[in-house]
Amino acid sequence: MTLKKRLGTTGYYVVSTVIAVVSMFPFLWMISTSLKSQGAIMSIPIQWIPQEPSGDAYVEVFTKFNFLRTVGNSLFISVSYTVITLLSSAMAAFAFAKVGFCGNDLLLKLYLATMMIPTQVTMIPLFVIMNKLSLINNFGSVILPSIFKPFAVFMLVQQMRAIPEDYLDAARIDGAGIFQVFRKIALPMCLPTLSTLAVTTFMESWNDYLWPLLMLTQREKMTLPIALSTLQGTYNPQYNVLMAGSLVSMVPIIIIYIMAQRNFKNGMMAGGIKG
Amino acid sequence: MPQKANRRGGPKKDGLLTAAPFLLPSLLGLLVFSLLPLLVSALISFTDWNGLDQLLAPGFLQEHFIGLENYKNILSGAELWKVLGNTGAYIIMYIPLMLAASLLEAYLLSSTRRGVSAFRVVYYLPVLTSWVAASLIWTSVLSPQYGAMNNLLALFGIQGPGWLLDEKWAMAAIVLVSVWKDAGFFGLILLSGMVGINKSYYEAASLDGAGTWKKFWRITVPLMSPAIFYVLIVALINAFQLFPQVMIMTDGGPNSATQVMVERIYRYGFRYFRMGYAAAFSWILFVIIMACTAIQMKAQKRWVNYDA
Repeated sequence: MTLKKRLGTTGYYVVSTVIAVVSMFPFLWMISTSLKSQGAIMSIPIQWIPQEPSGDAYVEVFTKFNFLRTVGNSLFISVSYTVITLLSSAMAAFAFAKVGFCGNDLLLKLYLATMMIPTQVTMIPLFVIMNKLSLINNFGSVILPSIFKPFAVFMLVQQMRAIPEDYLDAARIDGAGIFQVFRKIALPMCLPTLSTLAVTTFMESWNDYLWPLLMLTQREKMTLPIALSTLQGTYNPQYNVLMAGSLVSMVPIIIIYIMAQRNFKNGMMAGGIKG
Repeated sequence: MPQKANRRGGPKKDGLLTAAPFLLPSLLGLLVFSLLPLLVSALISFTDWNGLDQLLAPGFLQEHFIGLENYKNILSGAELWKVLGNTGAYIIMYIPLMLAASLLEAYLLSSTRRGVSAFRVVYYLPVLTSWVAASLIWTSVLSPQYGAMNNLLALFGIQGPGWLLDEKWAMAAIVLVSVWKDAGFFGLILLSGMVGINKSYYEAASLDGAGTWKKFWRITVPLMSPAIFYVLIVALINAFQLFPQVMIMTDGGPNSATQVMVERIYRYGFRYFRMGYAAAFSWILFVIIMACTAIQMKAQKRWVNYDA
C-alpha cells in the first residue's frame, strides 16, 4: 500500500468515526441520563457517567404509561396501515398499468397532483369527518387514510409497467381470471417495490405525530410517540424519566428494523427474477 | 365478461368494468380523504367557523361566511411575516447543513472499505428515532446548565448559549436536531444516486491526474444531480411543514422565535378553535409550497443533469 493510499484510508476512518460519534453521542447521553437519580441530573459538575446508577426513571416510566399496551397500539396501527396501503395501492396500480380504462392517464395525473396537497390543508375537514363518523379515539381514524397513498400507487405503477404483457397473457391462456392474474403474477413481481414501500410506510406510520395527536387523546388509545410526549411536564423537566421513556420507545423499532433488514434482502433477491 | 388478452404494447383502454373493483378502494380514499376535505377546507377558509356549530348545516353560510376576511387579516398582520421569517431562518441554516452532512455520509458509505455496514447502521439510528424521542433527547442535550452540549463546550473553554431558552439560538437548536435526524435519511437517497455512477468516468479522470476532491466535484456531484434535486425538493417541502420538533422543544417560543406555519395552523385550529382562520393559514402554506416547488422545477434545467 502506498503512503498516499494509507493516508486516504486513515482519513476515511477518522471522518467516518467522527460522524458516527456525532450520531451516537445524543443516544449515549440519553442512556447515561436515564440511569441517573432525580438529584444526579442536577449535580454540578455534571456526571458524564452516573456515579450511582439507578433504575428509578424506568420504574416511573412503566408506572406512568402502560408500555405493553402502547406498543400494542402502535404495532396494530402501523401494521394495519402498511397492509392497507400496500393492498389498496397495488390494486389501483394494477388497474392503471395492466387493465387500462378510458381516462386512466388523466386519473393518474390527478393522483400525482394530490401529492402536492400538504396534510395540514385537509386536516381540519378530516377532523370533522372523523368526528362525524365517531372515529375519534378509535384506531380507524388513524388507519383508514392509508387507503389512499398516491406515492405508493405511483411507485407500483412504475414497477407494474415493467412486467411484460406476455406473462399476463400466458396466465390468461391457462385460464386464470383477472384476480388470479393480479395475485399470482402482478403482486409477486412487484415484491421489490412492495418491500421497500412496506418499510417506509411502516416507519411513517410508526413515527407519525400530528394526526394521532389530534385523533387519539385517551391514554389507553395512544401510540408510542404520543404517549411519550405526555411524559413531558410543563415545569421542571425530569430528564431522567424523559430519557428512559425515549430509550424504551426506541426498542421496538430497532428490533423491527433488524428483522426487516433480513426481509428487505429477501425482497431484493426475489426481485432478481424480474424479466 | 372479463377482458380478453391484451394487445401487445400496452393494455386496452376499455377495461373500466374490469378495473373498477381494483380501483374502488383507492378511488374512495381519493374522494373521502383528499378531494372532499380539500373542497371543504377551501370553504371553511372563507368562514369564521369556530368548530362548535354544525358545519354546513342549514343557515351555516349566512351566519359564518366572511369572504376573504381571514386572508386579508393574515396577509396584513405582522404574524405571517414573522412566521415566514422564522421559517426562512430555518431553511437558510438547515438546507446547506443537511445537504453537506448527507453528501458526506453518502460519500463515506459508498466506500467498499471494511466496516461500512456498521457505519451505515449507526448513521441510520437517528432516522429510526421518532421526532418526539429525538426532540426530547436534544432538549436534554441542550439544557443550558446541566446539558451535555454546553458542558462539552466548556471543556474547550467556550461558554455555550441558552439554546432553546434564548430567542437568538432557539431556531439554530431546532436546525441542529433536524440535521442530525435527517442526514441519514437523505444520505441513503444520495447514496443510491452515487453508486449508480459508471466507474469508467473515475478511471478516465484518474488517468488525467484528477485528485479525490476534483473527482467528487467534477464527476460525482454533476452525475448525481437528479438525486440531489429530489432531496432538495423533499427537504424544502418538509422545512415548510416543520412541526414536531417545535411543539416538543420550544412550543413556538421563546418570544415567538420558533413559531412556524404548521405550529400556527395547529394552534389556531385546535387550541383556539378558530377553524376558518387556521384553514386560511393552511391554504397560504399550500400556495407557498407550490410556488417554491415550481421555482425549483424551473431552476433545475440549469443544473440537473439527466444524461448520465
